[in-house]
Amino acid sequence: METPLNVRKLDRKDILGIKELSVEEINLILETADSFVEVSTREIKKVPTLRGKTIINLFYEASTRTRTSFEIAGKRLSADTVNISASTSSVVKGETLIDTARNLESMNPDIIVIRHSAAGAPQMLARILRQSIINAGDGAHEHPTQALLDMMTIKSRKGGIAGLKVAIIGDIAHSRVARSNIHGLTKMGARVFIAGPPTMIPYDIEKMGVTVHTRIEEAIRDADVVMALRIQTEREKQCIFPSLREYAQHFSLNKRNISLARKDVMIMHPGPVNRGVEISPDLADCANSVILDQVTNGVAVRMALLYLLAGGSNT
Amino acid sequence: MNLLLKGGRVIDPSTGVDQVQNLLIKNGKIAGRVEEGQALNDPELDVIDISGKILVPGLIDMHTHLREPGDEYKETIASGSEAAAAGGFTSIACMPNTHPVNDNRSTTEFILKRAAECGLVNVYPIAAISLKSEGAILSEFWDLKEAGAVGFSDDGKPVMNSALMRRALEYASSLDMPIISHCEDVNLSAGGVMHEGAVSAEIGLVGIPAAAEEIMVARDILLAEYTGAHIHIAHVSTKGSVRLIHEAKARGIRVTAETAPHYFMLTDEALRNFDTFAKVYPPLRGAKDREAIREGMNDGTIDTIASDHAPHARTDKELEFDYAANGITGLETSLSLSLSLVQEGILTLPELIKKMTINPARILHIPKGTLAADADADITVIDTEKEWLVDPRMFRSRGKNTPFQGQQLRGKAVLTIVGGEIRFRDL
Repeated sequence: METPLNVRKLDRKDILGIKELSVEEINLILETADSFVEVSTREIKKVPTLRGKTIINLFYEASTRTRTSFEIAGKRLSADTVNISASTSSVVKGETLIDTARNLESMNPDIIVIRHSAAGAPQMLARILRQSIINAGDGAHEHPTQALLDMMTIKSRKGGIAGLKVAIIGDIAHSRVARSNIHGLTKMGARVFIAGPPTMIPYDIEKMGVTVHTRIEEAIRDADVVMALRIQTEREKQCIFPSLREYAQHFSLNKRNISLARKDVMIMHPGPVNRGVEISPDLADCANSVILDQVTNGVAVRMALLYLLAGGSNT
Repeated sequence: MNLLLKGGRVIDPSTGVDQVQNLLIKNGKIAGRVEEGQALNDPELDVIDISGKILVPGLIDMHTHLREPGDEYKETIASGSEAAAAGGFTSIACMPNTHPVNDNRSTTEFILKRAAECGLVNVYPIAAISLKSEGAILSEFWDLKEAGAVGFSDDGKPVMNSALMRRALEYASSLDMPIISHCEDVNLSAGGVMHEGAVSAEIGLVGIPAAAEEIMVARDILLAEYTGAHIHIAHVSTKGSVRLIHEAKARGIRVTAETAPHYFMLTDEALRNFDTFAKVYPPLRGAKDREAIREGMNDGTIDTIASDHAPHARTDKELEFDYAANGITGLETSLSLSLSLVQEGILTLPELIKKMTINPARILHIPKGTLAADADADITVIDTEKEWLVDPRMFRSRGKNTPFQGQQLRGKAVLTIVGGEIRFRDL
């Protein structure tokens, strides 16, 4: 059972991970996001809510959808958004993250959104900066906004999350999306099953409350939601799987194995999709696929977070 | 100056003494116990009342990083020696991973010269097993021994080449010196920054399996058995390593082992918030490992406690976890943390003192760790009840990197005497 909503205001400085969010907070964020969906469908897609606020998107790792999504979210709320990527920043001159962050702090932004390849980088900034920090993905640790948009997508199609069987397929070990979703979905009452080659399943992951399989069919059977994860092709060189061909044969979602799931199964993928590797092309585009809905909901979730962190409430 | 340390509980595991005594120090040597009233009329005698305190042979830390030459911004031989004295250590053995690596006579002599110049504690250099600790060519063991080295280690890097390790053991054995092994299979540990387990699974940092250490412990035990040489396993961190060493000792193989306080105090849970001060190598392990280390201390599998003092500057630690340096500054907290084993009933006080005095002295074959008559007057006086707050700003070490910051500890060295001279006093 989902806990009734009894928090109306987000009483925290930062969004670092789903781990530390309560069910009430997640519900508040998702409800707020729902209310922002409509803004993106207007002809003039802008509200004055965050006028005068400054948001810095500090991206130390390549990203198209997350960075664009944050930027659009900020702009639709009338905030001033500034994008910084590591390749064009002082990082290339050897400046440390803390020094970069302290310099940015001195320019008085309101919110800093950070994406970094090192797990824990947003936590470090949150400890030393007075600004709100939003984690836009840190290493293999967490990607909270992705999990929130995933939960929003599931909720909007299924009406709720509690009691659903969710299967997450692929490279769990290197996936921050998987970790954030495991925290969020189990917290919201779903049963989470993960599957992938054993080299992609972290040691002791069961302690996060998931059921582990090394055959995807077992995880998919009777699933309400199946989420495929992106395979980073460079991992092949690290010997965690023999070849993309073999991976695709045994771990790709296709019509045959998805038929084991419930008829109304939702097919999800955080993107970018390697078609034919994680998921067959026809499945990625079928009616059960919500891959593009996830992207759309991403903007709403990020608008909700920027709004709530900047002091708004949904009352 | 002659000294009389009056009324302390003298614990000397090397001679089996454990009683309240007045201990006389003359000309830098232990002159023995004196009865009340005796010798007190000597006008040259400085009498220090240490009633209620514990008097033990000067503590020995056989695993310290002094960073000089090369990284003096982290620590110097002088600042490390000061930290040692403040922590109750009268002798320290320093690891060779300096810049340049201590793989040659001139670097060993430089370290000894600097240590003599600051003249605070005894410094014993440990030389590298291989040139530049690269694991390819043996250092000149004979030359290094003559220069003053007391053991060999490529600490910080494992000797991956088993043939080289075999030759190192054979060669060191002929010189009656230990090989101190940093046990790690670098293929298994590659990319890892913390212990592989439930915490690494959750927080997404790359894990190092316990097997990465244990495989090399097993290999080194087999090589020690084959060569008959003495292997000393540095910074034991896992349950499996403790088991392997326990079994090897039972079979009569010449293996000794050390652990560091953080391995019996902390677990990988300390990393949940990405605290780089708790980033250490080998990594903090799980609860079962910590328990096994404590059992290994209790049953004698682990012979000695070493600080693995690894001072770093703020700039080396204030980084993303993946990029932060490994290590904890340890000389000034080692004794207090170790005393918690006594407070918790895992070791008796004499057992603990043995692990911090005569055991490391025997492993390194140095004439220390005893209060026997005519021994050098290296003495540590401990107030086991003194409560203090770990405030790195007060450390003598240049390294302020400790995860124990802000903790209230019980027990502390209050007097450190080296060669009859007072080097630290907090009485």
